[in-house]
Amino acid sequence: MPKPKLAVYWAASCGGCDIAILDIEAKILDVADFFDLVLWPCAADFKYKDVEALPDKSITLTLFNGAIRSDENLHIARMLREKSVVMVAFGSCASDGCIPGLANLYSLDEIMDYSYKSAPSMESGTKTMPQPKTQVEEGELTIPTLWNTVRTLAQCVDVDYYIPGCPPQSDQIAAVIGAVIDILKNNKPLPPKGTVLGATEKSCCDECPRERNVKKIREFHRPYEIIPDPNICLLEQGIVCCGPATRGGCGAKCVTANMACRGCYGVPPGVRDQGAKMVSAIASVVDSTDPEEIEEIMKGIADPVGTFYRFTLADSFLRRTQK
Amino acid sequence: MSNTFEPKILGILCNWCSYTGADLAGTARLKYPPNVMSVRVMCSGRVDPGFVLDAFRHGADGVLVCGCHPGDCHYVEGNYKVMRRIPLTHRLLEGMGIDPKRLRLEWVSASEGVKFQQVITEFTEQIRALGPIQLKEVAFAPDEHGGNGHVTDKKLAGEEV
Ligand code: SF4
Ligand code: SF4
Ligand code: SF4
Ligand code: FES
Repeated sequence: MPKPKLAVYWAASCGGCDIAILDIEAKILDVADFFDLVLWPCAADFKYKDVEALPDKSITLTLFNGAIRSDENLHIARMLREKSVVMVAFGSCASDGCIPGLANLYSLDEIMDYSYKSAPSMESGTKTMPQPKTQVEEGELTIPTLWNTVRTLAQCVDVDYYIPGCPPQSDQIAAVIGAVIDILKNNKPLPPKGTVLGATEKSCCDECPRERNVKKIREFHRPYEIIPDPNICLLEQGIVCCGPATRGGCGAKCVTANMACRGCYGVPPGVRDQGAKMVSAIASVVDSTDPEEIEEIMKGIADPVGTFYRFTLADSFLRRTQK
Repeated sequence: MSNTFEPKILGILCNWCSYTGADLAGTARLKYPPNVMSVRVMCSGRVDPGFVLDAFRHGADGVLVCGCHPGDCHYVEGNYKVMRRIPLTHRLLEGMGIDPKRLRLEWVSASEGVKFQQVITEFTEQIRALGPIQLKEVAFAPDEHGGNGHVTDKKLAGEEV
């Protein structure tokens, strides 16, 4: 029997998700053993045209990381969708837009202008901008055009499963890959479409070992301003922790290292918008019934949008700035 | 165009005070603009900031949340909860490029039919002055309302992507 085919792709991503796959250590040998790798730009030199030549649905599993923000990203996402039986949005970028999705707080013009002209590190007076098409002696050169709005994979093509995290934790990846191999080897049924794999059905707080006392707070602190108690809930100490609005699965990695959860596992089950959930969570620990005082206390949160939507802006209710 | 603009406003009213106050305004035949579409919730403390964001992305021009006066909530402190949520929701809206003035919180008791009339009139005029909410359409694929919500070439072509 021929081996099932596997593709791994990166679109608008940082490469961390690819590294996280390699980080499963010896298990990567099982992957190489069981699957026939047909595409993995980060790790090996496959050609798009060879993948394009494959029949539809001939790739058993595609792990797609990265958000979609260019014509090229969309083209490859569609192509891999056609060719794959199971399409997985792998990591926060593909699932929720993640850090690339924060580009949605600006227009593309603003971003290009800053990056190529006005950033302090640019030589002043420079006018060089990337052009989608350039004529050279040998003919026309093209590069993909960026979009004004960064999108999640599921906003562009049909997605079967999600593996959240920035990046997904390697033990979770290993467990999911182990489960997939078991399913394929033993002809077991696939989980229902849309299932979030490699994570829990609860929030990050549920995995957090810190003590909670429903203490009410009257002031917020940036992480550098105080030395937090290592055993008490950070939110109750006035440090914005996204644990209540984040899916569990990482084992509360950051929180156990005395850093607030930044929300990389995306929304927990039953929550649609991470920012809205964080507003409720914050409101429930603030100790005041005086509107003016509340306003003052909330000012202690420097950047609500960037803090609450750090990983899920592109998949939030509003998705981008509406200005 | 702007003088014919009729804002679409979502009103979320608590059952025990504000909805009853609205009812009183009706039975007393007080006149107020018809722009607010009311939804009744048991308590203003039920108003999740997600309701507000969801309303805006579906094209509401304004959202009005009304509850019992502080100290009068039938569930003791539901209205304090919403009181703490709204300022932060305002800042979220601002960060997302939506004028925070499009969201307002008001306390209306069961006997304040006249106040309800005033609030509705004033808020409708305020939203009318702000003009229609203008969402960047293409970001709003109909994901939960039929269709698969995927970006299509037709949507990408010609529209601001
Ligand atoms: S999810 Fe995180 S680690 Fe993965 S590609 Fe995106 S930014 Fe990188
Ligand atoms: S808010 Fe943060 S620190 Fe507090 S219980 Fe949740 S994850 Fe732990
Ligand atoms: S604690 Fe939060 S930010 Fe850190 S890895 Fe877990 S989900 Fe991600
Ligand atoms: S019952 Fe009216 S605000 Fe709680």
